[in-house]
Amino acid sequence: MRREIPLAITFLIGVFMLVDFFVPHTAVTTSADELKQWGIIVIAASILLGIGNLVRVHSKKIARRNEGWGYSIITLTVMAVMLWLGLWPGAHLGPNEMIGTVEQGTPFNWMFLFMQVPLQSTMFSLLAFFIASAAYRAFRLRSAEASLLLIAAIIVMLGRVPLGQLLTRNLPEHAQLPWITETIMAYPNMAAFRGILMGAALGVMAMGLRIILGIERSYLGGEK
Amino acid sequence: MSWLQEFFTGAPGTTTAVVWGTWVGALLTLCIYSFLYKDNPFYKFAESLFVGIGAAYWLAILYHNTLKPKLFVALFPGDSGEPVLWYRVFPGILAIFMLLRFFPKLSWLSRWALAFIVGMYAAVNLTGFAQADFVEQIYATMTTPLTGGGVLSFILNLSAVVGVVAVLLYFFFSKEHKGAMGVAAKIGILYLMVAFGASFGYTVMGRVSLLIGRMTFLLRDWLHVID
Repeated sequence: MRREIPLAITFLIGVFMLVDFFVPHTAVTTSADELKQWGIIVIAASILLGIGNLVRVHSKKIARRNEGWGYSIITLTVMAVMLWLGLWPGAHLGPNEMIGTVEQGTPFNWMFLFMQVPLQSTMFSLLAFFIASAAYRAFRLRSAEASLLLIAAIIVMLGRVPLGQLLTRNLPEHAQLPWITETIMAYPNMAAFRGILMGAALGVMAMGLRIILGIERSYLGGEK
Repeated sequence: MSWLQEFFTGAPGTTTAVVWGTWVGALLTLCIYSFLYKDNPFYKFAESLFVGIGAAYWLAILYHNTLKPKLFVALFPGDSGEPVLWYRVFPGILAIFMLLRFFPKLSWLSRWALAFIVGMYAAVNLTGFAQADFVEQIYATMTTPLTGGGVLSFILNLSAVVGVVAVLLYFFFSKEHKGAMGVAAKIGILYLMVAFGASFGYTVMGRVSLLIGRMTFLLRDWLHVID
């Protein structure tokens, strides 16, 4: 029963959503739209589960005085403060339901703008340094294929900065780096990713069918 | 206004909240960059803040944009005049089942919620990918060379078609890559290498752009040494 009911739910919901695609009747479409709303609510609960798990992991770390437990206190404290600012009964994040809207001038907005945004963009910009060493390893001229990778990367990097334009500004238009960059992005790059995309789509379709038909059950876990 | 005064009080007209915010943002930026030297307590502090604030931010957004309007207000509209959507009690129950994963004896119930999501998105993705990433891509590939635009455009479009077919053949493993198939697969590899190189370059420039953004923030908004 613990495996059969979930398999039945997957099958019924999956088949109904497939029917929605092929039968554009109002009754079916309305029901499918409502089910999608249910899906959004359940996914929200799964994110809640993830955050609950984060709290549990850090709480355990603090309780057991594991290495770095002080940082866990910081994480939980700042999380509690941010949650209070965002969830207290009078909290209002924005005038509409667009994701990420935060009412200007609130403490929640202040923490988002002056803590979350700088931390996030700085964290990602750190990769600019580490990607250089990755580039050294990836771009060493070992073969013809590797040299193609190197040349394409250099052209795209130079073609997207003013220096690239400056270096080739006296050449004909089709020999200028910005034009070559755009051409690489629009043709060979697009062609390769289109091929990958088609392959991935076939994989997703096959996996979707396997899940709906109950052949693929790994998402239920190994327990009985 | 002297530089020192501007450094501490911000540009004329700047509110206290923004001045404090700029200082906090700048110090946190430096904390993160300290990792370039080595892992250290300042970096760990900033990292802990990032995790805590990020998780709480998304939870608050999730509550206000999803759980509150779609579940709580739908079930208990109060004086808003909206009808009670009683059937939203079912996703509410599934949401509770999902959270039962925290209780080992009842965690098996979370499979019901998981099965609901997996079943729904398996079907939605099946049809969505079939349409957008398969049929539409084939259609676009086949029709692009016919869009006109001169000889050069035609050649480039044709090269894109050759590239798509070659890449697909490279990923086709049911036949050994020998003879004509081997040549096609080899051409596919060349296209893939150019694409990976271009994507890498594109990503690098994206990160460098972020770095420039952070430097501009430090030098202009915080230190006021550039305009």
